[in-house]
Amino acid sequence: MTEGSGEERGVPDSGPGTSRARGAPPEPNDRTAAQPGRNRSSAPRIDPARPPDARGSTPTPAPLLSVRGLTKHFPIRRGLFSREVGAVRAVEGVSFDIGAGETLGVVGESGCGKTTTGRAILRLIEPTGGEVTFDGVDVRALDAEALRRLRRQMQIIFQDPFSSLNPRMTVGAIVREGLTVHRIAEGAAADARVRQLMDEVGLRPEYASRYPHEFSGGQRQRVGIARALSVGPRFIVCDEPVSALDVSVQAQVINLLQDLQRERGLTYLFIAHDLSVVEHIASRVAVMYLGKVVELATAEALYREPLMPYTQALLSAVPVPDPTTRKRRIVLTGDVPSPANPPSGCVFHPRCHHPQKDDACARIVPPLEEKAAGHWVACIKQPPTAVDWPAQQEAGGTRRPERYQPLRGAAQEGRGTS
Amino acid sequence: MTSSAVTPPLLQIDNLRTYFHTRAGLARAVDGVSLSVLPGETVGVVGESGCGKSVTALSVLRLIRPPGRIEQGSRIAFEGRDLLALGDEEIREVRGNRIAMIFQEPMTALNPVFTVGDQIAEVARVHAGASRKAAWARAVEMLTLVGIPAPEQRAGEYPHQLSGGMRQRVMIAMALVMSPALVIADEPTTALDVTIQAQILELLAGLQQRLSTAVLLITHDLGVIAEVARRVVVMYGGEVVEEAPVEELFAHAHHPYTEGLLAAMPRVGMERERLAVIPGTVPPPTAWPSGCRFRDRCSYAWDRCAREHPPLYPVGAGHVSRCHLADEPQRRARPHLPLAAEGGRA
Repeated sequence: MTEGSGEERGVPDSGPGTSRARGAPPEPNDRTAAQPGRNRSSAPRIDPARPPDARGSTPTPAPLLSVRGLTKHFPIRRGLFSREVGAVRAVEGVSFDIGAGETLGVVGESGCGKTTTGRAILRLIEPTGGEVTFDGVDVRALDAEALRRLRRQMQIIFQDPFSSLNPRMTVGAIVREGLTVHRIAEGAAADARVRQLMDEVGLRPEYASRYPHEFSGGQRQRVGIARALSVGPRFIVCDEPVSALDVSVQAQVINLLQDLQRERGLTYLFIAHDLSVVEHIASRVAVMYLGKVVELATAEALYREPLMPYTQALLSAVPVPDPTTRKRRIVLTGDVPSPANPPSGCVFHPRCHHPQKDDACARIVPPLEEKAAGHWVACIKQPPTAVDWPAQQEAGGTRRPERYQPLRGAAQEGRGTS
Repeated sequence: MTSSAVTPPLLQIDNLRTYFHTRAGLARAVDGVSLSVLPGETVGVVGESGCGKSVTALSVLRLIRPPGRIEQGSRIAFEGRDLLALGDEEIREVRGNRIAMIFQEPMTALNPVFTVGDQIAEVARVHAGASRKAAWARAVEMLTLVGIPAPEQRAGEYPHQLSGGMRQRVMIAMALVMSPALVIADEPTTALDVTIQAQILELLAGLQQRLSTAVLLITHDLGVIAEVARRVVVMYGGEVVEEAPVEELFAHAHHPYTEGLLAAMPRVGMERERLAVIPGTVPPPTAWPSGCRFRDRCSYAWDRCAREHPPLYPVGAGHVSRCHLADEPQRRARPHLPLAAEGGRA
């Protein structure tokens, strides 16, 4: 890792201290925060060959998980010989880092590739391209046996607690399976470990002999968590873990995940479509649209000052549980285009509401650039951008980049109403 | 008690009890629910899985199948008629014509082998006796109304060719063909993405204003309720536990369950504290606790709550709450650990 020092970071608009995630421990080498006036060059940082390490505010210098240019295409086959006629570009060049003990949230709507990203990282789905590095290990280069061993470190919790547990196994056997497979414990020691794990996730140990159907949705999700924890992982992909749960139970499971993270120093990739859940649990958030990361920032910066027009629309669409605020809403027209035939240039341009949108947006693929410290955005109309004005004009651009922040006032009003 | 004396309500449900007589025992899914909807009004019914909100909606349309049964003594009056006394033919007249329903999952509610135009036109033919041509024209007109681009072309497409949001628009078009007085929408946006949900809610609100249709909106999402409903009914354990005008409910929730629901929701822009939880789970409908059904999960419950089933106490203008705290408000100052939280990690 050579990138990411404070000197080369452009600090266009941010005041002191804005780069630090809420809840993240103070960073000893956070030079941006220490010297706010320094280096106010407006050149954004981009490196297409080696996309952002975007570590802005992670507590440790070396990330635990590093993803570079991750790509997954599903072939579309037609005809008698199953000829490949195209590909669904489910994940297209996704890059991010996650520091040890950190939670990176991934949000986006159905079909944006967030679930595929989580599974491709664990190689539950074999990626088409890109690099995945876990604690210095090149995950994609591992053979089956080495990958199996690595799975002790990397686990997943699934969305649906109804279909992800084998109905013919007792929950005790489900939690115990990982212990046996990875030869962590056997016999009485394994039984004791199962009881301890169940207790830790808030299930009565004597329930170990019961079957999944005897449990409620929230309890089943606790079984799924106990199963993931059984092998003592350091990293867990949480794939919509609370989406199927009722509000009151959802809060129980979120609190449990946070407690376990604190006690065990776990690192989470938290995938969800619910933006308020992600804001609550994640220190940094990546927004995906049509297989790409379009914005990546600390949760605080992203929710306070979203810069990618898609993120702005997404945030404004969340219903506010407060009948006295009528907030400004950006209603997107139309539907998400098919990932088999994504739009040219910026994949969001056909639905974009940025007032400076022009023909250049349909021709230039916007790089994910650092527009403020730790705040990465893929939009050539939000300055600063390395795609300079002459380049945009050459691509048919007629409107200069100009900062567009329609939610600024509205987001502030909605605050503090809990 | 809860309806206005000036305008007679469009829909008046009184002491509705819908029970399921199963081998596992008698499930009292809806157990004495009363609520009303005024003409043109939007009433939200909110609650978690198993609270009886969907069974209430299905009961209004008499869509309860055995082993479920609407029990004696229940009353559902709509436009002055007793829906429970109507014959099969008459209730079919009411469904679709006067009351329409929008379901959660449009893919399962639409017939996959007919074009969406055919399905909308069928409603006009069956319920209004329109000619084939007039019915088709009406279908295209409805698709235009719900904001589907290129409606003539879309009318000839099959449900699988449309996106989830488009399918839900088709469902709404189908519901509105006969200009019903009441639309019952059961989780109409739950299966949709948030940006599409925003489109559909906007559409529903706009249509309601233009057509002055009353809406009974059933959802688990308090955010959706806050945006569209005028009055809110909170259900728990097959009962109404609180009812209030929407601003009043969000500002001065009285029932500890409503309080808990509001506190358990993470919200965009909320400070990052630990989420408040309601410990335990909803009891099964075959075994509602005696007295107050929420008492095991409640931080204020005392001995009276086990002994005495709380009535709906008036606690404000148009605001009622099924909680003895209305009678002994001083107890709110002394919260304790709920029974359901003891021994387990919440």
